[in-house]
Amino acid sequence: MTNVKEVLFDPIFNNNPIGLQILGICSALAVTTQMSVALVMCIALTFVCAFSNLFISLIRNQIPNSVRIIVQMAIIASLVIVVDQILGAIAYEMSKQLTVFVGLIITNCIVMGRAEAFAMQNPPGISFIDGVGNGLGYSIVLMAVATIRELLGSGSLFGLEVLKLVNNGGWYNPNGLMLLAPSAFFIIGLLIWALRSWKTTQVEESEYRIGGHTSFSRA
Amino acid sequence: MSSDKDAMRNILIVALSVCFVCSVVVSGAAVSLKPERLANKELDRNKNILIAAGLFEKGVTNDSQVDNLFKSFEVRVVDLQTHQILTLDEIKQTNIDFSRYDQRKAAKDRSMSVALSTTEDIASISTRANYSIIYLLKRDGELQRVVLPVHGYGLWSTLYGFISVQADGNTVSGITFYEHQETAGLGGEVDNPRWKGLWPGKKIYDEKGNVALEVIKGSVVSGSSKEKYQVDGLSGATLTSRGVSNLVEYWLGDQAFGPVLKKLGGKT
Repeated sequence: MTNVKEVLFDPIFNNNPIGLQILGICSALAVTTQMSVALVMCIALTFVCAFSNLFISLIRNQIPNSVRIIVQMAIIASLVIVVDQILGAIAYEMSKQLTVFVGLIITNCIVMGRAEAFAMQNPPGISFIDGVGNGLGYSIVLMAVATIRELLGSGSLFGLEVLKLVNNGGWYNPNGLMLLAPSAFFIIGLLIWALRSWKTTQVEESEYRIGGHTSFSRA
Repeated sequence: MSSDKDAMRNILIVALSVCFVCSVVVSGAAVSLKPERLANKELDRNKNILIAAGLFEKGVTNDSQVDNLFKSFEVRVVDLQTHQILTLDEIKQTNIDFSRYDQRKAAKDRSMSVALSTTEDIASISTRANYSIIYLLKRDGELQRVVLPVHGYGLWSTLYGFISVQADGNTVSGITFYEHQETAGLGGEVDNPRWKGLWPGKKIYDEKGNVALEVIKGSVVSGSSKEKYQVDGLSGATLTSRGVSNLVEYWLGDQAFGPVLKKLGGKT
């Protein structure tokens, strides 16, 4: 029981796929200008990650080693296409805003990484939980970034105006940088810094030290 | 066990069965969800015609409201070679069922389109259909708006949209794109209501009758003589902005809807 809890909640803070493993950054840059769009992306990714883990784990003992990556990709790609079709049918507006990024879940390293690292070695139940956990870990970072970007960049949350914009006769002059991709880099960087200051075990040891300048007397 | 798993026979069996199951799932989803997707697409297109014409208010959320509002449009067919709006008799002579006409399919059909030469093809669309469906909004018999379908290449994709023009044939009343694959957050900002809000009131033709309307790089200098022809560029999306300029120049120019607009404007 504790194991299930660990697998589900560990990826949220202790082993966050974006925060610690620095995976899945590109979609985190692209779809976080609006919270509603980011939320749909999170749900889609969590769904794909959980079910790809489940299906891959179910047939893990049959998958030949030499073609395992291709088999994983086939399963992941099929799930992503299904998600894309479902979005097109029930949430057309959203799927229009997400454009290619739903399709790009296929190449999201988190999905691939969990399939290869966890689902290939563990039974289906726990693999499914692991997929959900990692999806949630991705989601929490994405939603945090989206909250900051939408609030500062557009003065709204989930499309509802919170800070009244100058354009609409209010006082808040939106920060245009927040709507551009680089701002997501800054925010993710700051989040990782905050996370590692809180959980100091996540700080990586430096691979080398930079020495001081050589003084004239020694030279 | 492990050697058995990696045997050639097993590899083939696993690969083929995974492919089979996946393809069944994918095609099953695609086929079963197709009607909904198509209905959504059509609804979205109608909604965009309404948005372009400025008829779409925030309160309209209901699909039947969209259908209702859409009925206030008169649907007409334009022959893009003669630049004339066809009469009912002329439509009959073409032997085309325009209720099922798809301009995009027609543009790919050689018998129903013309290939554009490099100099003509400002909007990078390579072929153009011979007929196009336009939407006239009339109130009490008087023309209010003309909604024209436009498309052209941006950075990654062809942008499909509508431009709505006022009865004078020279003033934009709205623009909207319903389909494109531009970068979300950059070129994708062509969907941004604030940017689209810059268009209404802009003039299309200069004194000589050439298309002067364009999307510029950066912001429009207020007070300049060209202000009424210029729209702010999208920051971080120079090529998409240029694409929009090009498609406006092509579709509103003499090659496409220009003569139709000038005629409508001259008459009323």
